[in-house]
This record gives sequence, structure tokens and C-alpha cells, in this order.
Amino acid sequence: MTALKQTPLNAAHRAMGARMVDFGGWEMPVNYGSQIDEHHQVRNDCGMFDVSHMRVVDIKGASAREFLRYLLANNVDKLTQPGKALYSCMLLDNGGVIDDLIVYFMSEAWFRIVVNAGTADKDIAWMKQQAGEFNVHVPPAVAAAPLASSTAGKQSQEALDKAVPDLAIADHPELAMIAVQGPHAREKVWAALPGSQGLTEGLIPFSAVEMGTMFIARTGYTGEDGFEIMIPARAAPYLWASLAEKGVKPVGLGARDTLRLEAGMNLYGQDMDESINPLEAGLAWTVDLKSERDFIGKAALLARPPTRKLVGLVLEDRGVLRGHQQVHTAFGPGEITSGSFSPTLGKSIALARVPDAVKIGDNVQIEIRDKLLNAKTVRYPFARNGKAVCNL
Amino acid sequence: MSNPENLKYTSSHEWVKTEADGTISIGITQHAQELLGDMVFVEAPKVGRKLAAREECTVVESVKAASDVYAPVSGVVTAVNGDLEHTPEAINSDPYGAWIFRMKPDNAADITALPDAKAYQAVVDSEAH
Repeated sequence: MTALKQTPLNAAHRAMGARMVDFGGWEMPVNYGSQIDEHHQVRNDCGMFDVSHMRVVDIKGASAREFLRYLLANNVDKLTQPGKALYSCMLLDNGGVIDDLIVYFMSEAWFRIVVNAGTADKDIAWMKQQAGEFNVHVPPAVAAAPLASSTAGKQSQEALDKAVPDLAIADHPELAMIAVQGPHAREKVWAALPGSQGLTEGLIPFSAVEMGTMFIARTGYTGEDGFEIMIPARAAPYLWASLAEKGVKPVGLGARDTLRLEAGMNLYGQDMDESINPLEAGLAWTVDLKSERDFIGKAALLARPPTRKLVGLVLEDRGVLRGHQQVHTAFGPGEITSGSFSPTLGKSIALARVPDAVKIGDNVQIEIRDKLLNAKTVRYPFARNGKAVCNL
Repeated sequence: MSNPENLKYTSSHEWVKTEADGTISIGITQHAQELLGDMVFVEAPKVGRKLAAREECTVVESVKAASDVYAPVSGVVTAVNGDLEHTPEAINSDPYGAWIFRMKPDNAADITALPDAKAYQAVVDSEAH
């Protein structure tokens, strides 16, 4: 067995009493105390997550936009204001999802992408393979330079942008990431991080700004307001400690999963993967099929209209919905892709892939062990901004 | 929290308490509840069901996962703890008070043969490595 990878916050998690588990090869905190308390903490106040296992990849050079226009299913031409972010899938030629990601537009010569931990190496290999025709250059200096020098600032950044010939793909495993989420997340970050308020107070949702060697984005994976802060690994423990000092409680990956499920956000590897196209994973809103633009996977999506769709489920009987449970509908079988207990609703909820003809409000049966339990299809998200939002 | 000395245990993390009337109460240990985390659902066996030793008979579900609970010895189910239907979290807050079901064992001597607190702790310690 190979040793588990550790984030720069590993010792901090242990000191805070975290239960550490193997999460796709990373040793990560699953909970510190009660997972349900951690969930409510984020919905009602704020909490912080170590998401340093996620990977930052910078796409730099004059061809960056043109490359991403072809690489991603969503259209980066929607990004016109520096700092603005876009959620997108990256597809195979057959339309299957390689990964889902967020891309931040910082300048015409710099787009920043954040991908999932488990798929990062595969993603980067795919990007490099696709970049071939865009005359890719991968100068080793690019990876270290912009983040290592805090004082050189903008000038070296501009020099670097000019120095990059056409397209460079720079992987940044040395960046840690801390997500602070909840209705009070922003003010806690401002208190913990001197100088951040002026820079980020005017930041609109789904956009980002640089602060020295840090990168602060008003994004997240919980359905709550807050920031995701990318920070050099060596500095991450200080930010974590500073947030803790301001009363921000740590939240594990267990609550992260129930928060994102309530918020109706897909999890790669569960709700979609390389065998599923985004139109059958509730992600049609992220796929631009209308413009003239060609992108990898577009022809396959146009050739095969979806026959299945993702719906929300709320269990009406007692029990807990889980991934892979079979769903019986009037239009044929379906399957739960993610299921758990919703602390906000106090009921079990799920995302399920079902035949396209199934309607919202339909009654369905779920096979749990040797029983058939009753559930109802609902429109998701289930909860956001501290409240239940689905019609039960 | 240490494992109470007056109880018997199984290697599958149940505790067993012999009641005054000769029936046994079964629950899950402190170690088991800690691994599973916040409990949200308990599916207990029906009263009157005959169970073989080590038969799967109950499912406890936390937010994280579903887990089977096994009959420690053979016997018949005589009662289930109905309180857990509404307060499954009692298993987290008071694992050795929150009994899940009771059995009348076929053979009282089977209980004596189960691991004691010390032997069970050795099982827990060995799993940590």
C-alpha cells in the first residue's frame, strides 16, 4: 500500500480531534465531532474546510481562451470581466464527463482552473494531449514564478505573460485551499485576514481576486455564501489558525457531502463520470450547444439526445437513500447516484438518474435491502442559504 | 470512554448485557458508534424472530453509512427499543444505555463464552493497526 498523501493542514486536523480517513488516496478529516452539527454550523453561521487536495491548473498564453473554447463544454466567451468564474464539464469525444471544474478568467493570458483531486493527473494529461495543436509550451519556470514571489507582484506577472509563447499548462500542487462557507463566512475571513475586506467586499458571487500570493474566490460547494482561498502550502496553517482564532469551526468531508447534496451539486464519480454525458447528469445548463463554437464532445451530444435525466428524491418512508439503490418508476428503472440524510430537511434525500418521461412530483419506489420504500421526485436544490427550498 | 466491565462483547462490535430475567440486551459499542458517526435510522428485528448466532438482524444507519448488527448468540427476539425510532442519536450519546433489541438466548452458556471488556479492547486495538 502506498502512503496516503497529506495536506499542509494534517497536523492541525489531528490537533482539533479530526477523524482522518483515506479519501481517494488523501488522508482527510471526515468529521471533528458530530457531522450533523458541522452541517448546521455551515448553514447557520460558518465553517471552514480543508480542500487542499483539489488541484489548481493555470492555462497561460495568448492561445488560452481559444484552447478553453475547444476544451470545455461551457463557453468561456461568457467570461468577459477579469475575475469572473464559470462552472464547466470537460468531455471526452463521446460526450462522457472527464471531470467538472471551475475556470476563472484573470486576463487574456491567464485562466485558472480548479479540478477534482481524484481526477487531477488524468485531467492534466488530457489537457496536454489536447493542447498539442495549440503549440503548447511548458516552461518549468512558469509553475514556480508567479506564486513564489510576493513582492514582485504585477510586473513579474506581466513579464511572465509576455514570456509565455502561446499556451502553457502549469500545474500547482503546491497550492493549498481553504473554503470558508456560511452566512457569516465573509466577515470572518475579513477579520482573520487583514487587508482582505477592501479587496473582496465588492466581489460578486462566482468571481475571484488575487491578494499577494493568495487567490480569493467567492465560490463554494455548500449552497452558502463564502470564499475559497488558494494559498501557498507553507502559509496555509497560519490562515487556518487565524480563522480558528476568530471562532470559525472546522468542518469535515462528511458534512461537505451532505451540504453539496442538499445544494443539488453534482459529485464527480458518483453523479457523473466518463460513462455519463452532462445532459443526463442535470448539467444541460452548463453545456453550450447553441453557439457556432465547436468543442470536444459536442458532436456526440448532438447525435444522441438524452433518454435519462437527474431528479431529486425525498424518501417518504423511514430509512436512508444511498447511491446505487434501484428506483422503480412508471417509465422503467432508474438508479440513485447520491443519497444521504438531509440534516436541514430531517429526511433522507437523493439524486437519481431516471427515464426522461418521469415527472417532478411522481411517486416512485426505492429498493432498500428486501423492501420497496416510497419516495417522491422533487426539483432540486433541496436547501440553500440556510433554508429548505424544495417543495415537499 | 472505556468498555463497561459488566458487559460481554463480540468481535463485530456489539455489546451484550444479561438482564435479571435471563434475557439479553444488545447494542453497539462506543468504538462502533464513533466509527459510524451520527445515527439517523435503526431497523430493528421483529419480536418473535428466531436468530442464529452471528446472523444479520438489524441495520443501523448513520449519515455516512449503513452497518449490520449481528445476533451475538442464537435465540429469539423478545423486545425492540422503540425509542430509537425517534431518537437514533441516543446510540451516539449513550451507546451502552441505548439497547437496540433483546433476546432470549437458546443457551445461557453461550453468553459466558463471549469476549469480556478486556478481550474486546484487544480486538479494537488490533483494528487500529
